[in-house]
Amino acid sequence: MLRFILTRASLVIPTFLGVTFLSFLLIRLVPGDPIEVRVGERGIPPERLAQLRHEMGLDQPMWKQFADYIGNVLSGDLGTSIVTQNPVLDEFFTLFPATVELGLAAMVFAVLAGLPAGIIAAVKRGSWFDHGVMGLSLTGYSMPIFWWGLLLILFFSVQLGLTPVSGRLDLLYYVEPVTGFMLVDTWLSGEKGAFASALRHLVLPAIVLGTIPLAVIARMTRSAMLEVLGEDYIRTGRAKGLSEGRVIGLHALRNALIPVVTVIGLQVGTLLGGAILTETIFSWPGVGKWLVESINRRDYPALQGGVLLIATTVMTVNLLVDLLYGVLNPRIRHAR
Amino acid sequence: MKRILLGAGLCMTAALALAAPAHAAKTIVYCSEGSPENFNPQLNTTSTSMDVAIPVYNRLVQFEHGGTKVVPALAESWTVSPDGLTYTFKLRQGVKWHSTNDFKPTRDFNADDVLFSFERQWKTDHPYHKVSGGAYDYFKDMGFPDLLKSIEKVDDHTVKFTLSKVEAPFIANMAMVFASVFSAEYADSLLKKKTPEKIDQVPVGTGPFQFVAYQKDAVIRYKAFDQYWGGKAALDNLVFAITPDAAVRYAKLKAGECHVVPFPNPADIDTMKKDTSINLMEKEGLNVGYLAFNVTKKPFDDVRVRRALNMAIDKKAIVDAVYQGAGTPAKNPIPPTMWSYNNAVEDYPFDPEKAKKLLADAGYANGFETDLWAMPVQRPYNPNAKRMAEMMQADLAKIGIKASIKQYEWGEYRKRLQAGEHQMGMMGWTGDNGDPDNFLAVLLGCDAARIGGSNLAKWCYKEFEDLVQEAKRTTDVGARTKLYEQSQVIFKEQAPWFPVAHSIVFMALNKNVTGYKMDPFGHHHFYPDVDLKQ
Repeated sequence: MLRFILTRASLVIPTFLGVTFLSFLLIRLVPGDPIEVRVGERGIPPERLAQLRHEMGLDQPMWKQFADYIGNVLSGDLGTSIVTQNPVLDEFFTLFPATVELGLAAMVFAVLAGLPAGIIAAVKRGSWFDHGVMGLSLTGYSMPIFWWGLLLILFFSVQLGLTPVSGRLDLLYYVEPVTGFMLVDTWLSGEKGAFASALRHLVLPAIVLGTIPLAVIARMTRSAMLEVLGEDYIRTGRAKGLSEGRVIGLHALRNALIPVVTVIGLQVGTLLGGAILTETIFSWPGVGKWLVESINRRDYPALQGGVLLIATTVMTVNLLVDLLYGVLNPRIRHAR
Repeated sequence: MKRILLGAGLCMTAALALAAPAHAAKTIVYCSEGSPENFNPQLNTTSTSMDVAIPVYNRLVQFEHGGTKVVPALAESWTVSPDGLTYTFKLRQGVKWHSTNDFKPTRDFNADDVLFSFERQWKTDHPYHKVSGGAYDYFKDMGFPDLLKSIEKVDDHTVKFTLSKVEAPFIANMAMVFASVFSAEYADSLLKKKTPEKIDQVPVGTGPFQFVAYQKDAVIRYKAFDQYWGGKAALDNLVFAITPDAAVRYAKLKAGECHVVPFPNPADIDTMKKDTSINLMEKEGLNVGYLAFNVTKKPFDDVRVRRALNMAIDKKAIVDAVYQGAGTPAKNPIPPTMWSYNNAVEDYPFDPEKAKKLLADAGYANGFETDLWAMPVQRPYNPNAKRMAEMMQADLAKIGIKASIKQYEWGEYRKRLQAGEHQMGMMGWTGDNGDPDNFLAVLLGCDAARIGGSNLAKWCYKEFEDLVQEAKRTTDVGARTKLYEQSQVIFKEQAPWFPVAHSIVFMALNKNVTGYKMDPFGHHHFYPDVDLKQ
């Protein structure tokens, strides 16, 4: 087991370096630098430009900037945002709980809806329900997040007035952040109605962000179930007179879950990518929206640090899933 | 599994069933377009960041609500010495500072605060100069470091600014947001606690609204300041709900979650105009989009050619197609909302035949080849430079001029235009201080015509220059108006530009909002007069 962990962990280092290099390079390939973005029509005298570039370290050769950056990162310093002058790490962790909360809610929605849909579709293979679920999941998977989000807002919030358009909490409430998770903070605050308000604000963005994972999970569950349902032991179970519920719920589902868990783990990347768009539409103060603003302002340290931290999160979760996979399926563990 | 599903379902239904709680009395929600960099207007350059400081701070003088006229604020009055070099401000007495959990002011506003606010930006050895990066772009761009000779405290309620040269727009510059007055006492207390950067994050001012809290990227809260020297605001609370997407801002306005919405989607304007549930306001922006002819290059050194081009391009068609109702054709280099705008000036008519004749007179009967530079980005004064360039190209082809469109990356584009590499180049300008000097001298003056300067026509014309310089040295507004009016006549005769348009800015409001006035500088003000009908 230890060897398994070490092998997996060693793969993290090159990935980490690659991500750092790409995020460093790509933002610099975008035309315009932080100074030009803020200068505008007025222009800037050459001596001021040189001074500002020097202060930001942009006058150094690219390789040196990168080497310095890596050095700082290794010592735990992600730099300070050019725009706000706050440490990137602080900014990230102020906003990250909002993204995690949204991601978890989306995942809960995707799993709660996707698993049963996939199971029923597999059991009733070829029925209208099966075709319906597969058709809808393909639609969901192909839906542009931006469009889908606006559509839901216009219908549920503007037409029906059921949910708030955007934000995390009604402006009537002011809850001092303790954990950064609005559901927890509003619960702790004990303010009447605040928790319900936070929940109402979470519904639409969670559905929007959870749609793609939902589609993937439903399809994956269905095919895994179909495979398992054809196994000999299922036939044996039925032959020995087990109830259908027991055959499916206990024997089939448990084995079908193994590939599904892997897929769920892989969805974390999709979730964080989707969060960038979802947060922008729903004015959700998470790291996604923050990254978009950092790109617009060419805030190099914020963007690099943000991408790096998100990549680290995705890598960690994937590593955990791999380990969990080993736990769930002893064959894998022992094969190593 | 079933139980979990049922539980989650119940939770969601329960949450949905609870109707949205009504807003507390007189809380106005402004759905702002982005997050502020910080709360110090001395450090910022973006309008988004200026907006969050405006409710909190005052300046010695301010622009009147919705206009460009300078009126007294923290200074009750001011006098200018006969040589125009010394400005003495008499400060208002009894002005109270806001307080926070960590800071309780022990004194009223006085001259020390004025000195602190300017010296931080000015003196490189000031203890606060380097705090929060200390860029002070506006202070430097408006030429303050060289312009200021000294700032003296005459007594607690009198401050004397001495300038190194006569500068009539000085008073207008002092009304700009970067000239906001900060509390020296608060600054001292923060310095003692070794947290000076807090001054830029937890603002303490004298303004109509007091800062309450900022939840990063989400909500900024203010409450009305009871002891405001101008009288308490009609509103009780002011909330900025940060909403970056324009379509979502509109949805929030419709759902009653916002009262005031800036920067609507151009594509939504038509729908908004027809929407009886909202109030759509519009105002010409303090800007101009133009095409500059480089007069140092042939054939644009010939005024007849420049006039011919002014007649050859169908301005109305361009404004209709490119601005789609959000622009008015420009004839002068300054916008109509600015004082001294000369409405008597007549624009060149669209007359290709006459243009051809003028070209022939100048010796270009068969036309010529030239370049036409177009911005690669959307700007407030020009939503689509490429499309505009294509329309101009087509019009010019009709009188035999072959113009090839050139584009560069935005930073590079500006640099090359300022270096004068172009023959014809598009650009624009948004005013900073509402003073005509900020357009006429900056964009058409001789000093700016140097290589690297912002006079893109590289046009230095003595008669025009003399008028603008004299206006700069004259402090009487009536006399300055006459000089600027005259200078616009010369501009038209000499035609160094083809002025294209002034763009129109839109604001969408809830019908219950009263007294809101659009600011010509594009800022957003919620005092005075702004109220909510109950």
